[in-house]
Amino acid sequence: MLSIKNLHACVEGKQILNGINLEIKAGEVHAIMGPNGSGKSTLSQVLAGNEAFDVTAGEVFLNGDNLLDLATEERAREGVFLAFQYPVEIPGVSNLQFLRTAVNAMRKHHSKEDMNAAEFMKLAKEVSKQVDLDPAFLKRGVNEGFSGGEKKRNEIMQALLLQPKLAILDETDSGLDIDALKVVSDGVNALRAPDRCIIMITHYQRLLDHIVPDYVHVLADGKIIKSGSAELALELEAKGYGWLGIKDEAVANQ
Amino acid sequence: MATTDQEVRELIKREYEHGFVTEIESDTFEPGLSEDVIRRLSNLKQEPEFMLEWRLKAYRRWLEMEEPEWAHVDYPKVKYNDISYYSAPKRPEDMPQSLDEVDPELLRTYEKLGIPLHERAKLAGVAVDAVFDSVSVATTFKEPLEKAGVIFCPISEALQKYPELVKKYLGSVVPVADNYFAALNSAVFSDGSFVYIPKGVRCPLELSTYFRINAANTGQFERTLIIADEGSYVSYLEGCTAPMRDENQLHAAVVELVLLDDAQIKYSTVQNWYPGDETGKGGIYNFVTKRAACNGKNSKVSWTQVETGSAITWKYPSCILRGDNSVGEFYSVALTHNYQQADTGTKMIHLGKNTRSTVISKGISAGRSSNAYRGLVKFNPGAEGARNFTQCDSLLIGDRCGAHTFPYIESKNKSAIVEHEATTSKVSEEQMFLCRQRGIEPEQAVSMIVNGFCKEVFKELPMEFAVEAGKLLEVSLEGSVG
Ligand SMILES: Nc1ncnc2c1ncn2[C@@H]1O[C@H](COP(=O)(O)OP(=O)(O)OP(=O)(O)O)[C@@H](O)[C@H]1O
Ligand SMILES: [Mg+2]
Repeated sequence: MLSIKNLHACVEGKQILNGINLEIKAGEVHAIMGPNGSGKSTLSQVLAGNEAFDVTAGEVFLNGDNLLDLATEERAREGVFLAFQYPVEIPGVSNLQFLRTAVNAMRKHHSKEDMNAAEFMKLAKEVSKQVDLDPAFLKRGVNEGFSGGEKKRNEIMQALLLQPKLAILDETDSGLDIDALKVVSDGVNALRAPDRCIIMITHYQRLLDHIVPDYVHVLADGKIIKSGSAELALELEAKGYGWLGIKDEAVANQ
Repeated sequence: MATTDQEVRELIKREYEHGFVTEIESDTFEPGLSEDVIRRLSNLKQEPEFMLEWRLKAYRRWLEMEEPEWAHVDYPKVKYNDISYYSAPKRPEDMPQSLDEVDPELLRTYEKLGIPLHERAKLAGVAVDAVFDSVSVATTFKEPLEKAGVIFCPISEALQKYPELVKKYLGSVVPVADNYFAALNSAVFSDGSFVYIPKGVRCPLELSTYFRINAANTGQFERTLIIADEGSYVSYLEGCTAPMRDENQLHAAVVELVLLDDAQIKYSTVQNWYPGDETGKGGIYNFVTKRAACNGKNSKVSWTQVETGSAITWKYPSCILRGDNSVGEFYSVALTHNYQQADTGTKMIHLGKNTRSTVISKGISAGRSSNAYRGLVKFNPGAEGARNFTQCDSLLIGDRCGAHTFPYIESKNKSAIVEHEATTSKVSEEQMFLCRQRGIEPEQAVSMIVNGFCKEVFKELPMEFAVEAGKLLEVSLEGSVG
């Protein structure tokens, strides 16, 4: 379903991704782990089409469409969703308005009629309950004054609303308390579907207790240096990254 | 009440041709300004003697004055002798005969703003046969107003019917020689609105220039006078969101608001004069003097404005807070794009005890435009315990535009308190990326972010106006990204 071949990317002249190869089949969940600064967020931003990053080589196909040919918003409408590691605030724009605009943009792309305010409100309330966010958050400005954990739950709520084909979750588990981790994991598990693939970036094995991935990959210096089953995460938890031959300083960072 | 109001507005929109149509003889003065021209104008309008004297006094003062140059704007000199100071409405045969003859670009904009078909025709100046059914809109809204004792009519009509009221208050807030443009307006104003709300009356409708179909013909020099007597309330809506074209490049209006004890006026403006093409050619120069005098104790005035039009805007709605405990508020959104220039702001003059004022100004600049906020907050010795809060926020879209803030504070009373906050921000790449990642078009994203930025002001607007204003920003921002 998703096919990444030899992907190279740089930002401000600095090479960050050095040939990523990754195949994900429909219905699969892949976890990506790796030291700080190894390029995990860069990979997710490049897949979503952030123009701050330049793709210098490689290809990315989603269901046969060459993603690299599409603008950010076009990729989104084809089903690419990114849950941000650091969600930004948009002051004064209510979450509700933002989400309805997004949902209707997707609907328009699929030649469906706009959802009216009442219908949408009902849907949004249901989904917000699913991630244990008080519906009052719908009326607040997008991420405006949200706590770290609330921002993360808000991201998952959006994924549930937009029902993407490819969901990339960039450290959606970090900064969550134990209860919130459970809520977010349940949300991600609810996202699992036979026609969807999920990339889950995380530093912690504990998330993988809740969401068991089909594969785990280790990213270092912009390359996948090891792939394995869910057990690989346990091994990493026990041994760290050192045994994989990653530079000491990167391990120290971790 | 809100529904009645809404219904009436709907009706007005449908039957635009009804309402106050003042009889104007059909001829046009040749260009040029002189005492003789003013005499002819006053005579033609059959004005009372005092009005002619008043106009002449204004004209003589105007001759001695210099055009101001301090505003942060740049424009070629206006040739005052090339302007015709009286022009009759166009005859139907001189107008475009159908929408096919109108600039398609203009029609596209009307469509996006959701303006009904026949109204588009009217706005574009198409000759419309005024055959409508017999229910006159005029009576629909005139009745409740008359019952309440509210006077709402063209100022030329008020001069005939209520000369004493006009004489007492006209120029009492903006004296004839207040400034160059106000003096010119006083000498030659063509028409405008007159409103009187009697003691203790809450005006049963939101008064709108929509009601006055001849608003389109009031020309370059419009004059508005609103008097709120003791304990009365009125909400007045000026302008419309449709881009207004006008052959007259210079517009110099004067608006005077008078508030007696415990009176309240809410004055909302959505202004969308033609800004000129992408290079600024052909746009309107809008030099307006708007001022409210809170003469009575506990009176309160709010100016709310959304400005997106004009090539050049020069405008400072102001409040003179004379009555003790009186309140002045100013909420403004000014958007400039392409080569537009706006120099706007407010003056809050605190004279009475415990007077309070609030200023919320949101400036948005895109393209190569320039947007300046200029505000004066003044406390006179008598303004014991007075307070002001000012917040000026600027939002930049792109990196070729500019925003400037010029706050002036003069305090002659030690007990007065001023708080001032100013911010400048940009529509950030991260915000844009978030919106686009959720499938939202870049242009829609910008407009959404800008609308969010303006929220504090929009919430002060009457509901339908706020919705229209939001749409207007969206249309005005077209082409500002990518
Ligand atoms: N806009 C940018 N300008 C300059 N350098 C950048 C930019 N974005 C990312 N980088 C650099 O690219 C490298 C990879 O960053 P990235 O955010 O992808 O790491 P990560 O694997 O997500 O790390 P973490 O685990 O800390 O989230 C880092 O060295 C980072 O400093
Ligand atoms: Mg990261």
